[in-house]
Order: sequence, then structure tokens, then C-alpha cells
Amino acid sequence: MDKEYVGFAALPNQLHRKSIKKGFDFTLMVAGESGLGKSTLINSLFLTNLYEDRQLPEASARLTQTLTIERRGVEIEEGGIKVKLTLVDTPGFGDSVDCSDCWLPVVRFIEEQFEQYLRDESGLNRKNIQDSRVHCCLYFISPFGRGLRPLDVAFLRAVHEKVNIIPVIGKADALMPRETQALKQKIRDQLKEEEINIYQFPDCDSDEDEDFKRQDAEMKESIPFAVVGSCEVVRDKGTRPVRGRRYSWGTVEVENPHHCDFLNLRRMLVQTHLQDLKEVTHDLLYEGYRARCLQSLARPGARDRASRSKLSRRSTTEIPLPMLPLAETEKLIREKDEELRRMQEMLEKMQAQVQQSQAQGEQSAAL
Amino acid sequence: MSKGLPETRTDAAMSELVPEPRPKPAVPMKPVSINTNLLGYIGIDTIIEQMRKKTMKTGFDFNIMVVGQSGLGKSTLVNTLFKSQVSRKASSWNREEKIPKTVEIKAIGHVIEEGGVKMKLTVIDTPGFGDQINNENCWEPIEKYINEQYEKFLKEEVNIARKKRIPDTRVHCCLYFISPTGHSLRPLDLEFMKHLSKVVNIIPVIAKADTMTLEEKSEFKQRVRKELEVHGIEFYPQKEFDEDLEDKTENDKIRQESMPFAVVGSDKEYQVNGKRVLGRKTPWGIIEVENLHHCEFALLRDFVIRTHLQDLKEVTHNIHYETYRAKRLNDNGGLPPVSVDTEGSHDSNP
Repeated sequence: MDKEYVGFAALPNQLHRKSIKKGFDFTLMVAGESGLGKSTLINSLFLTNLYEDRQLPEASARLTQTLTIERRGVEIEEGGIKVKLTLVDTPGFGDSVDCSDCWLPVVRFIEEQFEQYLRDESGLNRKNIQDSRVHCCLYFISPFGRGLRPLDVAFLRAVHEKVNIIPVIGKADALMPRETQALKQKIRDQLKEEEINIYQFPDCDSDEDEDFKRQDAEMKESIPFAVVGSCEVVRDKGTRPVRGRRYSWGTVEVENPHHCDFLNLRRMLVQTHLQDLKEVTHDLLYEGYRARCLQSLARPGARDRASRSKLSRRSTTEIPLPMLPLAETEKLIREKDEELRRMQEMLEKMQAQVQQSQAQGEQSAAL
Repeated sequence: MSKGLPETRTDAAMSELVPEPRPKPAVPMKPVSINTNLLGYIGIDTIIEQMRKKTMKTGFDFNIMVVGQSGLGKSTLVNTLFKSQVSRKASSWNREEKIPKTVEIKAIGHVIEEGGVKMKLTVIDTPGFGDQINNENCWEPIEKYINEQYEKFLKEEVNIARKKRIPDTRVHCCLYFISPTGHSLRPLDLEFMKHLSKVVNIIPVIAKADTMTLEEKSEFKQRVRKELEVHGIEFYPQKEFDEDLEDKTENDKIRQESMPFAVVGSDKEYQVNGKRVLGRKTPWGIIEVENLHHCEFALLRDFVIRTHLQDLKEVTHNIHYETYRAKRLNDNGGLPPVSVDTEGSHDSNP
């Protein structure tokens, strides 16, 4: 028996030990109008108080505020595993009277992270690449509207091919159960109509038991998640203390699946799909960016490589092919080419004009 | 209905009109002395009964406008206020409800009757407000509509052969719905109220207040009140129009403690403690709309309908309309106003 046992079945354990030592890093972006409970939800999800020293600006200050990108980092340890969580916040989104193009800084930020990773990947010191790419974007939809607003659609359209989107309905305790279902259905229909690709939770393996499959299907049905967040523990007489919001008519329990989808969101985001989100970001979204980037360089070698690696889900252990570094000089060369082309066009135009005036002169002379 | 208009109508007086931005309300003269030592019963106090009978016969108009982003419960609240389906809700999920590209003004009139008194209620809805990506100047159609109603009334008034009862389509009250973010007012809210508080009575209302706990509610209200004060936005009841000490104390209490009212609306009834109440049923409890511990709907209703309805109309007529009229007459140098497109849907001579 022992002779036939090679031993690579223990490979997962080795990976596991290695990753525990290395630790995980995860970048989560939260976006949406202010006042939808984003900060409270993040604090509830990760049981930290990331927003302790925050100061909310008044309405008059927000009149002239432009969208800013803020990054907050926190290290969370649980069961011996360290997670370095980076939170990207977008204060000012959707606040002003005129929100045209207010999503552009966000798109630029996401692409900058991709660019940084691309540069690092093609650089020399690849052992310690810091992965600052955005792995997931929780987009908060208002429970007070009738589905997605024009601003929501515009933002989602701008980022859906660049980041994993998980749509979430904030402050869901504003809705009665029937209203929640109707709103979810409306949002799902709108997402399909506008052809917005949100993060698709992968199907569970066929060898999982029926119970798990049913649970998985239920969770998928409840997208977008209708969540309620709270950092306060309500201690009512006679009942056990729960995290929730106390109203005069009752208490909303954050972790009660009949009250909101908080548990589902936490399970899917943190417990089961953290790694998958990172993989999809790397294999699909990042590769898409890389392919577009390299193609635009318009170098024959790069084009071949780009078309071969375009949008194929590969495992991360495959050795990436050597590629041309996207150094500053490349950019400069590209710019100079553009300039030359423009000057050539102008020259041609001027030549055409001169010829035309010459022709006219000849005509009038002939008459 | 025309009380307290300046009596002089000569050209000389008009050309001398210095445009006072906020003319003081024309108050009926208070009696110089009260003679309580009457030798017999005259019967002057029956005037109240006579006025009441008149009002019941003629009925009265009330025009209320609702402004706010879509989905804040405006139509539901108006239906709850007047206990009838006066506002058609756009909340059916099945229909294709497209957000209009520009702000539309939709006025729907109903006649409701209670205790023998007829009220011609007009609800003016403003779909499309605040829903676009670029909401710059989205209050302009609303301001234009309000001024058009003043213009219509002015035109009627200046006519040689006036109707006995000029149809009143002026907006008496504008309920502005604030989104319950819990943080502060949004820039759009500030802009709207700054522009419109000078032309119409604005009553700010916090919509869908069942999303805030008691502490959050009182903090939010305080912050909103402070922001409105800092920006000099005078919502109804305006401080400068308090007529006497009694009004002032009553209105002060409302201004500093209750407003903006945090409301919840509903048109569904549920059984609570053996009674049928209007409310919202959630897995964690039933929110009763008329329960003062749950929300301030009852306060808003009493304020708008039971105590200040007539005052809303008077302030609209004596202050806002007069301001408009003075400006128009001054601009035109005393000439009759330019003709205006009459929509003609509000003529209500009973």
C-alpha cells in the first residue's frame, strides 16, 4: 500500500500552510450615495470600527465637493489567519446637484491599480508584489427609489467590466417584505435590460449534498442583498442580546435571516467567495485590462501574446510569458507618434488647400 | 376671498409703489376697546355662525404641491393625509415607469366632503425632480408653475368684469420631502428651498421616517433645522409673519421642536390590539401611522389641516401673492399684465 501512495494528496495542506503564513490581502470598494448605511454595514461585516474619526460634511460643504477616493486599511486576525483588508471609500459620490461624470475618478482609480500591477508584474522584483487591485465593489442602491436610478446605471455601466460588482440594497429596514421582493425583482430586470454584468457566484459542485445546493440556490435568489447594519447590541429584557436597531415598534435583528440578508452577504462575501473574487479579478478582469492595454501599444509581438491570453480563465500557477515592459519611454514614443501623425495630417490639409487655390487661380486665368 | 388688499387703485399710488420685498400682513383692525358692559344681547357673535354657513355652501379650494425624489412616499402620504385616493401612486412594480427626463407638473383635482363642508383639493405632483444625474436648475419648472398661477389670479383680479369668485389655483402649501439619510440635507434640498421659500409656503417633511431610531431622528432633525437656519431659509410658519404673541409662542414650539415632521405614510390597514389602524407590517413589528410614538404623521395632519389650513391660504394670498403682484405692477409701470396661457382646468364656480 505504502509503495503506491505518492503523497501529493497533501498538496492542499501545503498550500494552506503557505497561505496562512503569507496572509491574505483583500481590497473592497464601497460605492453609493451618502446616507445609505455603507459605513455601518462595513463595520458590522468586519466587526471593526473603521469609521471612528469620520466627520460628516454639511450640505453646503458638499455643494462644491468633488468625489474623492479614500483608502483605509485594517488587519483582521481570526483563527490564526491574517487578513489585510483595504477599504476603498468614495465620499461625495452622488451628492452634488450635478453628478455628471462623477464616476470617472472611480474608474480611473481602478485602472490605476491594474496599471500598477501590470508594471510590477513585468518588473524585476516580483516576489513581493503588492496587490492593490480592487477585488470587489459593493454598490449600494437606495431602498427609497423604484429600482436603479440613472446615476446607478451610469456608474455600473462604467465599472462592470473592471471590477466585481455585488449590488446591495442599503437600509433595508425601510421596506416591508413584499416591497423588498418587488424592488429586488425590479433591480434584477433593470440589470438585465441595461446589460450590466454583476459578479456571478459560481455554481456549486455537483457532488455537494442537496441541502447545500438548496441553500446556495436560495442565496443566489436573494441578490441584490437587502441589508441592515448595526454596531449596537440591543439588550431587551427576557431576550438574548442581539445586534440590531431598536425602534418603538420592534427591534430589527441584523443577523436574523427573516429580517434581512446580512448573513447571506457575510457568508458569500467573506466565508465562501473571498478567494473566488480575487481569482476572477486576476483571471478575468485584470487579463481583460492587460489585453486591451497591450493591444493599444500596437506592437506585433504584443498583439500575438495579447490575443492568446485574452479573457481565458487560467490557473494562477501557470508561468506567465515574458512580455515587453510598459516603461515610461514606451508611453513617450507613443505620444510622439501621435504628434507626428497629427502634424502629417495638418500638412496634408495645407497642401490640399494650396493645390485647390492654385487650381482656382488657373481656372480664373483661363476664363 | 380677497381680504386685506391695499385699497388704493389709482395710477398715482401704483407708480409710487416702492417694492417692499416682504410686505407686512394686512391684519384686520383690533377693536379699540371692548365694552363688556352691554345692556342687552345684540347678537354680533352669530357672525361666526353666518360665516360658517357661507363656507359650507361655497366650499373652499386648497392646492397642495409635493416635491421630492421619486420613491419617497409622496403620493402615499397625500392619500393618507386626506384619507382618500387623491394621488395616483406610481409605485406599481409591473408597469414600465420611466423617470421623466425633465420635471413635469401634474395637477389633479378632487372634491372631498366632510361634515357638510366641501373642499376642492388639488394635488400638484412634480415627477422627475431630483432624479436625473444632472439636477441643475430642476426647480425652475416648479418656480415657473407657481408664478404662472399668481399671474392667472392677477389677470383675473385686474379684469374689468371680474368673476364673483376668482378661481384660486395658487399653490397654498408645498411639502418638500427630505430623504432620511441620517446625515444632513443634500445640496439639492438646500438649493430648492433657498429658491422657493420666497415664493411659496414650504413645509419640509422627513420622508420614510421608519428607517430611523428615536435618537437618529432627533439628531437629524436638529442638524436639518440648524442648516436651514444657517442658510436663512424660512419655512412655513415663517417667523416674520407671526401676528401676535399667541401665534408666536405656538409657532415657535412647532418650529423649534416638531419641524421638520418625520412622517410615515400608508394606505393599508392592519389589526392592532383589536383596532384597525393604518400601518406598515414588517417581520419585527407593525408601524402605526397615527401613533405619535411611532411617527409624526398625526402632527403633520393636524398642523396642515386642522389648525393652519386657513393660515396657509392667507399667507399665500397676503404675502406671496402680494409680493408677486407688487413686482409685476412695478415692472410694467402700472399697465395690465401680459396674457398668459390659461390651462383652464381649475375653474370651479359652484
